[in-house]
Amino acid sequence: MSATTAEHAVEHAVEHAHDAHSHVPPYHVQLKSNRMGLWLFFISEIFLFGALFAARFYLWHVPGVGQTRPELSQELGLLATTVLLVSSYFVFRGETAMEHGDRSRFLNSYMMAALLGLVFFVAVVVMEWNVFGLEGSIAGIELFGHLGIDDGVYAGVFYAMTGMHALHVITGVLLLLFVWNRGRKGDYSPERHWGVEGCALYWHYVDVVWVFFYPALYLIGTPWH
Amino acid sequence: MNFIRNLLLGLWYILTSSYIKGLIGQALFTFLGFQFLNLLLPDNLSEFSLMIGAIIGVIGFLLFAGVLTDWLLWIGGKETPLKHGAREGRPEWTRYLGPDVNHKVIGIQYGYTSLFVLLVGGLFALIFRLELAQPGMQLLDYQQYNTLFSAHGIVMIVSILLGVGAMLNYLVPLMIGASDMSFPRLNAFSYWVSIPAIVLVLTGMAVGGWDTGWVGYPTLSLVGPLGTMFFLLGFYINGISSIAGSINVLVTTATLRAPGMSLFRMPIFVWAALATSLIQFTATQTIAVALTLNLLERATGLVFFNPAQGGDPLLYQHLFWFYSHPVVYVFVLPGLGIISELLPVFARKPLFGYKWIALSSLGIALVGFLVWAHHMFVAGMSDTLRIVFMISTLFVAIPTGVKFFSWVATLWEGKIELSTPMLFVLGAISVFLIGGITGPILGTVPTDLHLHDSYWVVGHFHATMFGGFIFPFFAGLYYWYPKITGHMYKEALGKLHFWLMVPGFWVMSFGQMSAGIMGMNRRYADYDPALGIETQQVLVTLAAFVIGWSVLIMIYNFIASARTEPVVSMNPWGSRSPEWQIPSPAPEFNYDVPFEVVGDPYDYGLDKPYIRFQVVAGD
Repeated sequence: MSATTAEHAVEHAVEHAHDAHSHVPPYHVQLKSNRMGLWLFFISEIFLFGALFAARFYLWHVPGVGQTRPELSQELGLLATTVLLVSSYFVFRGETAMEHGDRSRFLNSYMMAALLGLVFFVAVVVMEWNVFGLEGSIAGIELFGHLGIDDGVYAGVFYAMTGMHALHVITGVLLLLFVWNRGRKGDYSPERHWGVEGCALYWHYVDVVWVFFYPALYLIGTPWH
Repeated sequence: MNFIRNLLLGLWYILTSSYIKGLIGQALFTFLGFQFLNLLLPDNLSEFSLMIGAIIGVIGFLLFAGVLTDWLLWIGGKETPLKHGAREGRPEWTRYLGPDVNHKVIGIQYGYTSLFVLLVGGLFALIFRLELAQPGMQLLDYQQYNTLFSAHGIVMIVSILLGVGAMLNYLVPLMIGASDMSFPRLNAFSYWVSIPAIVLVLTGMAVGGWDTGWVGYPTLSLVGPLGTMFFLLGFYINGISSIAGSINVLVTTATLRAPGMSLFRMPIFVWAALATSLIQFTATQTIAVALTLNLLERATGLVFFNPAQGGDPLLYQHLFWFYSHPVVYVFVLPGLGIISELLPVFARKPLFGYKWIALSSLGIALVGFLVWAHHMFVAGMSDTLRIVFMISTLFVAIPTGVKFFSWVATLWEGKIELSTPMLFVLGAISVFLIGGITGPILGTVPTDLHLHDSYWVVGHFHATMFGGFIFPFFAGLYYWYPKITGHMYKEALGKLHFWLMVPGFWVMSFGQMSAGIMGMNRRYADYDPALGIETQQVLVTLAAFVIGWSVLIMIYNFIASARTEPVVSMNPWGSRSPEWQIPSPAPEFNYDVPFEVVGDPYDYGLDKPYIRFQVVAGD
């Protein structure tokens, strides 16, 4: 019975070939897919950051001493962490504004978050990594890090973890700016703003990763050199 | 005149295809990126410059191939509706030359790329098998031998991952009644990013080769020739393809199933696809970390693995095997899914224990995450860990055993029809059984201490890969060939392929294991004639050539049949699966009339329908 029904249905379908539009999933289905895809990507990235995290506890363990860490500028670490956490607040503020249809507040918040993200990036790469080899201090606080490539596993793990995170931060900054640019042209509405939502989720995620990385790099273990 | 004109036009389409454009982009961007960074960075970082240049080269490939175009337009705020079909005024086959968003086109692109890469990797194996046929060095020098066996490993792994991509992309949307994947552009990206990865690996062979095997263990990989860097990078880039592709499969299965298709009413292959994707999208990230750290240590001098500078090489092995053990289940789970999918069709009986098979795939995926250190029994791990990992490893036998017993029970008293796909399924079961029962011997610490790094391991691994992937993949290719092309393959050639390949493989496998027991080491270019294994070595080499020729017969069969053989009926196998209830090749959007699931998928021999097409209004 099923076979004849099926063949009949197919013949019918060939006669009334549908156009492409009827095969595009409706918006609410695609939105569900987008959200799930992004969350699966986050789970996937847990394994990336988790492996780096595990490598840190594996390599910075000194037999007889326990967990150790390199000598890092606590002030710089605290500053960078604060800046990143504050940026997450602005992203949240922007997304909420978009849900309420307040375009200018959304645009300002996202631009602010992107700028704070850049500040974080500069604090890590220019100041803590000190890629330009600068010197300087304010009120007795050293502004630039001293960890060099020849500092063994301490440099290795520190650069790998902050580098992989900084790569995600700079991607997030670019995403924020792209969304800001499209928002400026009036592309999003309170009903349809997946770009705004996805970008905000990504930014919060990168932020949460740092919440784990910061203590692992700056706080846990005895300073060691 | 018309023929010559068409030939020239065809050549022109190929020369201006995205493959060629992409290669030009990759070469150009690699060169420019390298030169630019070389100017900025000090001389001792020139390998780092080349590495970043090569990464920029991959972006160049994607840009020139047109894979990123839609996304770049989005950034600029332009709407880009999905384009379907070939470019205007061009024949249908030119769709395969560029980034197409249709899952069937992408599946076929994965498929022919997989077969091409399989031939390349097979050729490498044949060359070094010739060398091993006699003791002493005749054809190759040591470095060439090392490069060839290392490249054989990684090229075959890429080929298998592409083959898995082919099956998942082509079959999953068709089987669940979707018109395409959830993210069609990401799907095209997943395929196209694997092409520059293959180019990188092959480039590595040209610039000095490498001698680490496919595992790339430090500290050897830290000091090896420049080819090592290209190999590690190619491996890394291919992981991007795995992650993006598997997330796509998971989301598609979760959101686009036909009405009524609950999880336990999905075709069994979809369960295998789910389990495989679950492994792929998580574990791949840890090898990304292993390779990143390895590349950084090589290129910049940061320390992670070199014990002379305070690093620990065991860390690499842990990170590496945390991916590379589960990934063998990525290779075999789709294959085992094909076996379970095809057996009921050719035995004309319900699949025995559907739920158990479905859950055993998830079980294998889960246990697979807990066994990685059994590759490191002789690496200097603690004794306690050895015992723990020995026990967890032996647990793998339970879900795998569930599958075997279910297959046997499905065959039991069935009306078995021995056409080519079924032959390959039965061959797969026999070969996977060899691979399966030789495994616990390696998973048990006392016996592994003797057999570790011997040719026994080579025999075991090839049996699992042939039984778990190659044979079922070929079974699937024959089975769905009429669906893909609309033509039937030549049955006689298919049977010839099978009867050459199965005995060929048995001889190869037993030869490898026997040589291993008698003292042959894996990865060695030469051996002592006093071992008394020359007969085995000759037999393994001959068997390898038989297998190679039989694969060429299959490829000839597929090319020739697409033009000459008659058009098939709609459902040549009498399958209940939804993809066989529509014309072949499947229409652009698969199901012009949606269906709903009203029964169980494998009730062969029972008069209960699986799906019912919805009646269209106005009928």
